Amino acid sequence: MNLDPFSRGTSALHRRDPRVKLVVATAYAVVVAVMQDMAALVPALMLAVLLTGWARLPWRPLLRRLLVVNGFVAVLWMFLPFTHPGTPVYHVGRLTASREGVIYAANLTLRTNTIVLATMALLGTTPVFDLVHALHHLRVPEKLAQVAFFTIRYLDVIYREYLRLRNAMRVRCFKPRTSLHTYISYAHLVGMLLVRSYERSQRVYQAMLCRGFQGSFPVYRHFSLVRSDLVFGTIMLLAIGMLWLL
Amino acid sequence: MHISEGVLSAPVLVAGGVLAAGGVGLGLRRMTPDKIPAVALLSSTFFVASLIHVPLGPASVHLVLNGLTGLVLGWMAFPALLVGLALQAVLFQFGGLTTLGVNTCIMAAPAVAVSYLFQPFAGSLNRILVFVSGALCGALALLTSSVLIALCLVFTGRHFLEVAQLTVAAHVPIMVIEGMLSGFTVLFLRKVKPEILGAAADVISPA
Repeated sequence: MNLDPFSRGTSALHRRDPRVKLVVATAYAVVVAVMQDMAALVPALMLAVLLTGWARLPWRPLLRRLLVVNGFVAVLWMFLPFTHPGTPVYHVGRLTASREGVIYAANLTLRTNTIVLATMALLGTTPVFDLVHALHHLRVPEKLAQVAFFTIRYLDVIYREYLRLRNAMRVRCFKPRTSLHTYISYAHLVGMLLVRSYERSQRVYQAMLCRGFQGSFPVYRHFSLVRSDLVFGTIMLLAIGMLWLL
Repeated sequence: MHISEGVLSAPVLVAGGVLAAGGVGLGLRRMTPDKIPAVALLSSTFFVASLIHVPLGPASVHLVLNGLTGLVLGWMAFPALLVGLALQAVLFQFGGLTTLGVNTCIMAAPAVAVSYLFQPFAGSLNRILVFVSGALCGALALLTSSVLIALCLVFTGRHFLEVAQLTVAAHVPIMVIEGMLSGFTVLFLRKVKPEILGAAADVISPA
């Protein structure tokens, strides 16, 4: 399971301190999420596109993700122009689209794409473990950070376990259909996955106890905040502040 | 199951964030250090399970399993699902940072509710009762989640009413599948590893 396809890059954005990127991404997302005005949304989108270009993300997975997000947005376009009251602009059959509705849907589309692009450029360029590490430094409750750490650590292990079980089913000529047999088989697959990961978690905890676990992880590696991180963070936060005032 | 970024209004986002913080806090308080690996590994298991596509006629639906999560984890479903959703937001751009609170509530609140309702029956010796409680667990949690999504949309704006109705309607067939699968999974767990179902018992009534 390739968790973070965008994180292996060499752009300047990849090298920024994860703590700075996390703070900037959160501020960006929050400000854009409550933006109502197209005059502010268009520059916000441009800034996000700029960041994406700067991060030099591989365009194929990038487009695929944008497509998924906009699939949902497309469903909203089928409804919102018609259900929002206002001055009519165009008709589809018996339905009338309102100007306000179209603007509302357009703003929503801009907001969604801006946040998605900014998140990919800022957080996608950080390995997930570094993000958890950054959360730890940003004073997120320790237990929550630990759960996040273990979840990521074992995601791939359990995914492989799942593939192994599924292959075992295939070898025995299992073909998914709309049938009770299929559903029972899948239920047992899920059940077996749960049993195996539960048992694995017991072993993991015992191994931790053997190594003297006392409720917290010592952190050896630390991020170093260099001047370019501070410059980047300040410029970004100023830009986000200006977008908010627009 | 999630709502994307940029759709909901600020009051809905803030309310979701506050409620989720409360739920996660309660979940973390019940999570003693020895439960951390179990919660985390079950969280990644539910993450993986949500990638499973189950055929339904010509189409296929993917599992949500938040009812089962609640049954196994109780209040700890809040931190577990928060982590899962945060990962989906950061890794796949499903959901998002600002909707994290809302989405956590949408998934975890029904999970906790069904765990209170059906936990006492999931460990029963009567196989039919076990299946029925597991099935209701899965189906009702999914139904409640889709109703919560609809409510979030309608609170954002009245013009979302039709989209909201469509959301709930679209979830009805998935609800049937989830119910059946959860029922059979609970039956399986009852037979193979009843501790997993019992794990939440001391979670709901903290010792």
